[in-house]
Amino acid sequence: MPEKTQVLRIKRQETPNSAPYYEEFEVPYLPHHNVVSMLMEIRRNPVTRQGKRVAPVTFNANCLEEVCGACTMVINGRVRQACSQLANGLNGPATVEPMTKFPVVRDLWVDRSKMFDYLKKAQAWIPIDGTYDLGPGPRVAPDVQQFGYLFSRCMTCGCCLEACPQINSHSKFMGASVIGQVYLMSQHPTGKMNLDERLEAMMGEGGVADCGNAQNCVEVCPKDIPLTTAIASVGRQTTIKWLRDLFMK
Amino acid sequence: MPGHHIIVGGGLAGLTAAMKLAEHGEQVDLFSIVPVKRSHSVCAQGGINGAVNTKGEGDSPMIHFDDTIYGGDFLAHQPPVKAMCEAAPAIIYLFDRMGVMFNRTPEGLLDFRRFGGTKHHRTAFAGATTGQQLLYALDEQVRRYEAAGQVRKFEGWEMLSIVQDESGSCRGIVAIDTRSLEMRAFPADTTMVATGGPGLVYGRSTQSLVCTGSAVSACYQAGATYANGEMVQVHPTAMQGEDKNRLISESIRGEGGRIWTYRDGKPWYFLEDMYPAYGNLVPRDIATRAIHKVVFEMKLGVDGNPVVYLDVSHLDPAELQRKVAGVLEIYEKFAGQDPRKVPMKIFPAAHYSMGGLWVDYSQQTNIPGLFAAGECDFQYHGANRLGANSLLSCIHAGIIAAAPMIGYAKSQKSAASSQIYDQELARQRESFDKLFKMSGPENAFAVWREMGEIMTENVTVVRYNDKLKATDNKLLEFKERWGRIGLNDKSKWANEEVLFVRQLWNMIELARPITLGALNRNESRGAHYKPDFPERDDANFMKTTMAAWSSDGPRFSWEPVDVSLIKPRPRRYDIEKSAA
Repeated sequence: MPEKTQVLRIKRQETPNSAPYYEEFEVPYLPHHNVVSMLMEIRRNPVTRQGKRVAPVTFNANCLEEVCGACTMVINGRVRQACSQLANGLNGPATVEPMTKFPVVRDLWVDRSKMFDYLKKAQAWIPIDGTYDLGPGPRVAPDVQQFGYLFSRCMTCGCCLEACPQINSHSKFMGASVIGQVYLMSQHPTGKMNLDERLEAMMGEGGVADCGNAQNCVEVCPKDIPLTTAIASVGRQTTIKWLRDLFMK
Repeated sequence: MPGHHIIVGGGLAGLTAAMKLAEHGEQVDLFSIVPVKRSHSVCAQGGINGAVNTKGEGDSPMIHFDDTIYGGDFLAHQPPVKAMCEAAPAIIYLFDRMGVMFNRTPEGLLDFRRFGGTKHHRTAFAGATTGQQLLYALDEQVRRYEAAGQVRKFEGWEMLSIVQDESGSCRGIVAIDTRSLEMRAFPADTTMVATGGPGLVYGRSTQSLVCTGSAVSACYQAGATYANGEMVQVHPTAMQGEDKNRLISESIRGEGGRIWTYRDGKPWYFLEDMYPAYGNLVPRDIATRAIHKVVFEMKLGVDGNPVVYLDVSHLDPAELQRKVAGVLEIYEKFAGQDPRKVPMKIFPAAHYSMGGLWVDYSQQTNIPGLFAAGECDFQYHGANRLGANSLLSCIHAGIIAAAPMIGYAKSQKSAASSQIYDQELARQRESFDKLFKMSGPENAFAVWREMGEIMTENVTVVRYNDKLKATDNKLLEFKERWGRIGLNDKSKWANEEVLFVRQLWNMIELARPITLGALNRNESRGAHYKPDFPERDDANFMKTTMAAWSSDGPRFSWEPVDVSLIKPRPRRYDIEKSAA
């Protein structure tokens, strides 16, 4: 081992139903190492600090540029993408754990498929007439595009769900991410046309009313998406829709 | 009755094909190792080309076509490239209608920027995460069909092999659930692989961790022809990392970024000096070779290291924020320096494979019923791809494959016998049983790293025949060493190591047509450069390299290039194209 090393204390779990445990690994310190490249180092030599040869740590990672959202983990108690956590920002031994609001598949790999189900439930798409050539889309003002773009970068990584106190084993709250997508669709000239159906989903079980306004989501979002703006706006729109439905029926 | 199709890969090409097929009422099973929304297409930054000509520059699909053929050094068949360039404006409009947050002009129209290898503003963009934005739009449309029951997603499943009937036609696939390691055979009328590039053959490249080329290699080993494997693009501007090389998009130069290094104590803007007509926007192969020369031959790397500067510190920060913030953020996050103030340190890195599975003009491989689209096909980029043409070719190939896939499905008269599925499944089960018994001293991930280093050193920017031969011998050695791998993880649940060991074998198999294809091509063309054969040799090498797998190594044949539309001419970027 070179003089300087980095210690990682990793929470492991062999199967979805087995008991978790911690194991410590020590890898050579390189300033441009990040948590994923250190996990890759462990794969090449899966030996714990105590000298025990073990199965390499299982983890999800793909783009390694913080645009795919795959490698989201809890590092020193804070949820984030592991690829952009550089070694030189760790300052001492680091604890790496899987997210807690999703079922563990194995070790640091969690199953976030419920987030994609939420997108389905919210009908988060623009229902175009068809893919054949129908000419250009509607004009969009540059400031609308700039603001919409903030929301369209959402990677469905799950940080906002992990940090949300309203999301736990006895709540059905869908979290900020999907509300952000409903908001995004409500900004687009074509998306607006089907706003009602999306608001319907937001008024149902686990919808926007379950938000407790803790504002943790906006704190942890790796893309600085103004999620609380979306929650406030979608909340307002559902109220208006509720009143309208009440009197128009 | 609707046809039943399998698509392997959920990036731009796969999702486009899925959307098209579903729109026609067909049934689609979509397989992807990662949730489709996390596919490698998200890494494409700069934009998508289409000659919409909103800047009054007289651009047209024919000029786009000429730029692409010229940029690809006359190795691409011309008719399909022409069709792609003609389709491009409508493709951009389609994604505009799907809600992509493309950057806008003050009037609310689509904005376009410049990219390498052209003189026109032809690249539509959504900030500097255009691939991500296009992928998400497709993800949404496919989710719509998924909710309607027309698309079944198998996320977390990996394709192991194709299933072929007695006549050799493809009748489906065998895939494995990466969690439970359950293997199943999936019958289908047609199968499309849209699994992207083989970047991991080079160890660290700009590609994502799923880009092993393993599924393509499985098709190649089953008899699919691998074409122009030697044509691998090395992107001039990337950050070197321990885990991957992160791309710094060409859009940075499109927006005015300049490349330089110190010479005699003063900044030397060498691309502007060497190629006055195109400057920093020469095509990638040209820029990469220039950087290579400046660093290794002239020994002018910054501080003696193999890096040069990419500089945006002279540009307006507000404009940068609007147009390329995503790229600058990546640099800032991973280098810890603000590129708006300090020039970025960059170096070339393996980036994109122009080569891939041979397909006909309907995207069908030489195996009937097996289609390919996206980076994994060889069709659109010749010997060098122009920036912002990859998103276009992925989407275009996904679109045009749909009709022939439906036609092929209709022509299928009877279901295949269940026996062929049982046999292939048994073969795959047996091979996994063997993998689980591997107990040698080698570590699969360490072998992979070594292989990547050798491939990067010898089969990228500058190629010598003796080194290519030595590299192929090394690959044979790696095959032997592969047999001595020991599995650290014996678990039958979510075992990434055992899956990787199999992928590694496929990577070694695919590295051979890449390396030997380069050895055979004694000329310099596009990304393929041999100092011992510095000129393009149309008389002997204006032809497609076709590699067929055999147990004794790849067998090569060659196919003439269809140059019926644009007469080949020398490719130069130091002077205007009209003067070349």
